[in-house]
Amino acid sequence: MKVDFKLNGKVVSLDVEPNELVSELVRERMGLTGTHVGCDTSQCGACVVHIDGVSVKSCTALAITLQGTSLTTIEGLAKGGALHPMQQAFHENHGLQCGFCTPGMIMSAVDFAQTHPKPTAEGVRRWLEGNICRCTGYQNIVASILAGTAAMHAVKGA
Amino acid sequence: MANPTGIGVALRRKEDLRFVTGSGNYVADIQRPGMAVGVFLRSPHAHARIKKIDAKAALAMPGVERVFSGDDLKADGVGGLPCAWPVTGKNGAATKEPAHPALAQGKVRCVGDAVALVVADTLEQARAAAEAVVVDYDVLPAAVGVLDAIKPGAAAVFEDIPDNTCVDWELGDRYATDTAFKKAAHVARVSLVNNRLVGNPMEPRAVIAEYDRARGHYTMWTTSQFPHIVKLLMGNFVLNIPQHKLRVISPDVGGGFGVKQFHYAEEVAVTWAAAKVGRPVKWVCDRSEGFISDAHARDHVTEAELALDERGKFLGLRVSTIANMGGYLSTFGPNIPTNLYGPLLAGVYTTPAIYCEVKAVFTNTLPVDAYRGAGRPEATFVLERLVDVAAAEMGIDKAEIRRRNMIPLEAYPYQTPVMMQYDSGDPVGCLDRVLEAADWRGFAQRKEESSRRGKFRGIGLCTYVEACGLAPSRIAIRLGVRGGLFESATVRVHPTGHVTVLMGTHNHGQGHETTCAQIVSEKLGIPADNVEVVFGDTDKVQFGLGTYGSRSAAVGGSALAKASDKIIVKGKKIAAHMLEASDVDIEFKGGVFAVAGTDRKKTFADVALSAHFPADYPLEILEPGLEEQAFYDPVNFTFPCGAHVAEVEIDPETGSVELLSYVAVDDVGTVINPMIVEGQIHGGVAQGVGQALFEDCVYDQESGQLLSGSFMDYCMPRADNLPPMVVETHVTPCTHNALGVKGCGEVGTIASPATVINAVVDALSHLGVTHVDMPASPNRIWHIIQSAGAARK
Repeated sequence: MKVDFKLNGKVVSLDVEPNELVSELVRERMGLTGTHVGCDTSQCGACVVHIDGVSVKSCTALAITLQGTSLTTIEGLAKGGALHPMQQAFHENHGLQCGFCTPGMIMSAVDFAQTHPKPTAEGVRRWLEGNICRCTGYQNIVASILAGTAAMHAVKGA
Repeated sequence: MANPTGIGVALRRKEDLRFVTGSGNYVADIQRPGMAVGVFLRSPHAHARIKKIDAKAALAMPGVERVFSGDDLKADGVGGLPCAWPVTGKNGAATKEPAHPALAQGKVRCVGDAVALVVADTLEQARAAAEAVVVDYDVLPAAVGVLDAIKPGAAAVFEDIPDNTCVDWELGDRYATDTAFKKAAHVARVSLVNNRLVGNPMEPRAVIAEYDRARGHYTMWTTSQFPHIVKLLMGNFVLNIPQHKLRVISPDVGGGFGVKQFHYAEEVAVTWAAAKVGRPVKWVCDRSEGFISDAHARDHVTEAELALDERGKFLGLRVSTIANMGGYLSTFGPNIPTNLYGPLLAGVYTTPAIYCEVKAVFTNTLPVDAYRGAGRPEATFVLERLVDVAAAEMGIDKAEIRRRNMIPLEAYPYQTPVMMQYDSGDPVGCLDRVLEAADWRGFAQRKEESSRRGKFRGIGLCTYVEACGLAPSRIAIRLGVRGGLFESATVRVHPTGHVTVLMGTHNHGQGHETTCAQIVSEKLGIPADNVEVVFGDTDKVQFGLGTYGSRSAAVGGSALAKASDKIIVKGKKIAAHMLEASDVDIEFKGGVFAVAGTDRKKTFADVALSAHFPADYPLEILEPGLEEQAFYDPVNFTFPCGAHVAEVEIDPETGSVELLSYVAVDDVGTVINPMIVEGQIHGGVAQGVGQALFEDCVYDQESGQLLSGSFMDYCMPRADNLPPMVVETHVTPCTHNALGVKGCGEVGTIASPATVINAVVDALSHLGVTHVDMPASPNRIWHIIQSAGAARK
């Protein structure tokens, strides 16, 4: 089955299997291994990507649904050599330890920031219901997302 | 001016860039040319005899290379997985170490026991073929819970071990302890369960292996915390691969927490299979498969008693524990509920007499081994629950009873009655600070406010000591470990003065690429950005023992400091030659070698360059080059200690427990990077809170089926389950290592289960509740409240 979509800004056209998952497509076929698979029940959120700007668990989305969409993975987030403000915020606020959940956390956080310009810490914690981190106790992830959200909107405002 | 990238600076992490951009290199990300995929067929039964394995249909399926079983391994002379740390039991009895084949032979002993390995071109083909393998089982009764397993007539996990007892171990002076109890004015008692856990690092385990026939050489990539130990155990004891013909690589590893510090069956089977099929073979664990193949943790049943005088002074402690070993011995299994448990029962108190006995028991469940804290959270839970029960029964304030019994600052170094000599610590100082930071005195008012809203509020306090920095080899070897526990570091100075450090420890989230660079920066006076830290590849890095037991800074960091000191010694000789002075007159400070009392000097980079352009070296006394290696074996364990306070609010209508606040004051010794230390403590606390409130690994007690086998039913803590934590450090430097560091990786997990459960019990104390088992789930709490209410009617 042929699908045409944009992957990190570039037009791609691929034959996909009917049971192929978006996570399999990006990891195995496109070699974009920043999207991680940490569970098999759609709980952990390590695999979050953006489809048309909205965060989606790629382990639970079929590749055929990509037709006509724009898919962004963690590799496509930074533009022009500089880190995305959310990536920078995770670095500045020690929002990661082992790094395995990090790509999914950041992709989820960017979607949150886009839709919640003035978030609270509680709001961030509730949003992260679908992202599990085993290392950080979430404290510095929450701080990172608050800082990253502010930075994203400051850039927009400037 | 202080070194801006030296020790004590909250330097942002050097390793972050690759992780935030998705450029990490985890085992599952690696592809090798011509690689096949392995899938394990696992036992659906807890205990069964394997009558026949029929792989005929599977072998005929497309893409299938081979189907291997335990008989194939046996026929090829493949050994069993070794236990690396057996212990000596009562009356000198040895730990029973039954065979642990990488693929089951004759019998399966737990759900998830690997029965066959299917190798095919693709994952889909391998999975389909695994489903087509027909295994004829003769299902046997299972011994599931520890108490059931030691009952007469229980199913024997191993036929030659009819009582299922692996080892019956003891520690301490039984007579002195019995005598102390005879003098007691009061005896406090608890019966408790330390619930079984699954560590669940977010990256599932994975293995890739390949065999280079022309060189007779194996390479294995594995998600391990200690690639050198895996290389030694697997090469030397299981597969008979000479050590120089085996390379083990553990690249980026997505969290370990102990779960990845064992030598696993999959490493053996995949490596062996790669040679048989003549192609690289890759196995990546599913999360559901991880639940039935990772080693599990905790799982104790304990009776404990504390004898006190009329003033609440501890006279004696008696603990009897039954600990689950599972269906086979994992790498460190027997050591965890014994050597890493009994000695910690002294806590930060002056209890003069302690006796502990532990029966380690085989059951038809997954092997049980270390998980963050490993033995020490269990000991802390027993002790700190007992102290709270004693305080309540004797009407003494919970902080006051602890203070009365604490080892005073001036009593250090302090010899406990159970093996350990604490070098340093200030438990009273930690207690004072945590009470202040948590506003202990203001609790009554907050409780009043909660009760106006119909909620039960409780406050919990816990103190702890940890023995970490594993470990002085001479002590550990006496305690049974089959190897050394030293650590190693190489400092390689390039001609430009840039430095590559090769560490025997392994970084899987702890930030070593940053903290090791800070140690070198501090020592050599160069920016941390000029230092690259390499680890996790046995062909690149000298022998090292890896990362576990909060040892990397205390033992690995000390090796790195020692190697850096050797660089300075050699650098002084080179500088002396360059400056035509005597090396005893050379001073080194801030990255500059200078002749004392003069302005003649050479920078570190000048000396590094000279070392590589030795035009006129007196070669008989000065070698070219600038690279030094050090092996460091500590003289003692390190002993972080501290005090934590938590507050909870319980909704009596639903039984749900909300953790409102958490305050930790920890003495982790010298802090290399405060940002990283705080992060380690946050994560440690979250895992302990997980045990206290959410996580529970549950088996059906009849069938031995795992009931909590996915993230749908094993409750991992989420962001909205945790409050903002307050973390402070109260430093007394370790007295026996050069950096003064003690370790911070496990303290949070050691203290938090007892802290939170003490708070939960406090919240329910008005109902007569004296103990709550973990996890304090809404269901459990609701039932406790209901039955307490019924009892009062």
